[in-house]
Amino acid sequence: MKKPLIKVQPAANAGIDCTNSRRNFLKIGSMAVVGSGFLLACSSDDDMLNPPVQPGAPFDLGSGDLGILNYAYALEQLEAAFYTNVMDGAYWAGANAEERLILEDLYKHEVIHRDFFKAALMAAANGNADVVLPELEFDFSSVDFGSRDSVLGTARILEDTGVAAYNGAGSLIQTPDYLVIAGKIVSVEARHAAAIRSIYLEDPKAFAGDDVVDANGLDLALAPPAILNAVKETGFIKTEFTANQLPTG
Amino acid sequence: MNILNFLEEFTSENLVNKTSSRKDALKTFGSLSKKALLVSIPFGLAGSSKAYAFQDQNAATGALQLALTLEYLEAEFYRRALDSGVLPAGSRAEAVYQQISKHETAHVEFLKAGLGDNSLESPQFDFTAGGAFDPFNENSTGQEVAYAQLLALAQAFEDTGVRAYKGQAGNLMGTAFLTPALQIHSVEARHASEIRRLRADVMGYDLDQNALGWITLDNRGPGMPEATAAVYEGEEQITQGGVNLVDATAFDAIAVSQAFDEPMTGQKASEIAGLFIVS
Repeated sequence: MKKPLIKVQPAANAGIDCTNSRRNFLKIGSMAVVGSGFLLACSSDDDMLNPPVQPGAPFDLGSGDLGILNYAYALEQLEAAFYTNVMDGAYWAGANAEERLILEDLYKHEVIHRDFFKAALMAAANGNADVVLPELEFDFSSVDFGSRDSVLGTARILEDTGVAAYNGAGSLIQTPDYLVIAGKIVSVEARHAAAIRSIYLEDPKAFAGDDVVDANGLDLALAPPAILNAVKETGFIKTEFTANQLPTG
Repeated sequence: MNILNFLEEFTSENLVNKTSSRKDALKTFGSLSKKALLVSIPFGLAGSSKAYAFQDQNAATGALQLALTLEYLEAEFYRRALDSGVLPAGSRAEAVYQQISKHETAHVEFLKAGLGDNSLESPQFDFTAGGAFDPFNENSTGQEVAYAQLLALAQAFEDTGVRAYKGQAGNLMGTAFLTPALQIHSVEARHASEIRRLRADVMGYDLDQNALGWITLDNRGPGMPEATAAVYEGEEQITQGGVNLVDATAFDAIAVSQAFDEPMTGQKASEIAGLFIVS
């Protein structure tokens, strides 16, 4: 595991027990945590155009809806980068027709999501690139792109994490149009997650298995600090950034 | 109960009208790349976003009542499918239907509890849609045809469910029901993905874009009854938030349309469900 470089620093009074029991990203599939248990005392600053902090400091995702869009952009950058590597790997080159087709589509969809967020963020920021998350650098040296297990196992985690992240962020969004956009994307992530689980796991019920859907029939939902800490644990993201001002509810 | 009447009031059109006025974004784009310039007018800029933390209890109740109606439909459909003997015993299909049935039944109970006094009784369903289908092989249509219809209807119900929940999300903003509704929404999407791939597998369709877990353009896919075209109308969208993503990315309309699922109004969802509701 690479040294984690993302600094996730939720507001001191905002992150009540959001991370302690959820350190192991690889176990994220067994977690079913609803954002509603995530209480807060600070009100988020809605000013989307906070000036960036001093030069040299790590980028902060920002506050309000802009912060949430940057957060989603970070996750989509991660997914897009992962599948770009998959497409260059030996496993994909030799996989069966269905698995090749599925992974190629996931690659396309995630790159489209990434590019969409970049454009949407530039628009939301009125063209001020200083408040838009830069292109991140990644390190996938812990993934063996020649191995079916490594590729599909990582894909499963990333897709389930994407579902949990969007579900947990929905209530933090203030602009209806953004909520609809998030909804348009999360269901595609859930379609991905089901397909990957279906081809990778033996259990014919794994597409919506009991490890991700609870007794009420509810999918995963995790607040940003839990997601970012889980992502940090993977060591996939090399570029340092902070999430100090994200809305908390 | 007339579902069409009680659903009329919460189509999501009013959401669009609440969108904040657009700022003059273009004038600031001078220094941006060509792709950024393709963002002609962005979606409502979030400057006055506090205004949207509204809580309209009637709209939320209506949204949940629509959801409950759709869940009643799905729950009864899967329960009767499993009882019908049409699904081969011990098959992948049977396992998939069992898992989905468990979730849809749980969704009914969850929504009934959430609605409390505003809960609704289950409508009476006719899954033959007036004799057009025989998914449970109750009218001697034969196992093979019934099985095909069982899979086709499941796909239509799941893809409708995904769109319907998405269409109601705005009506749940600012309420405690938004997050659970999103959590149901993504479960429906998992179901839809699996049913689509299961159906392609069972029916032996070519392994192409319509045999996968996502929706391509507004294709209903091979073997889907004409009547299900309404489920997919509008799914061919390639512009999101004012950005034409075929122009802005390296990919075609097929991939772009797959990458985003589109919402459906309450009215539309109720019309589709209404095909299977007797009273």
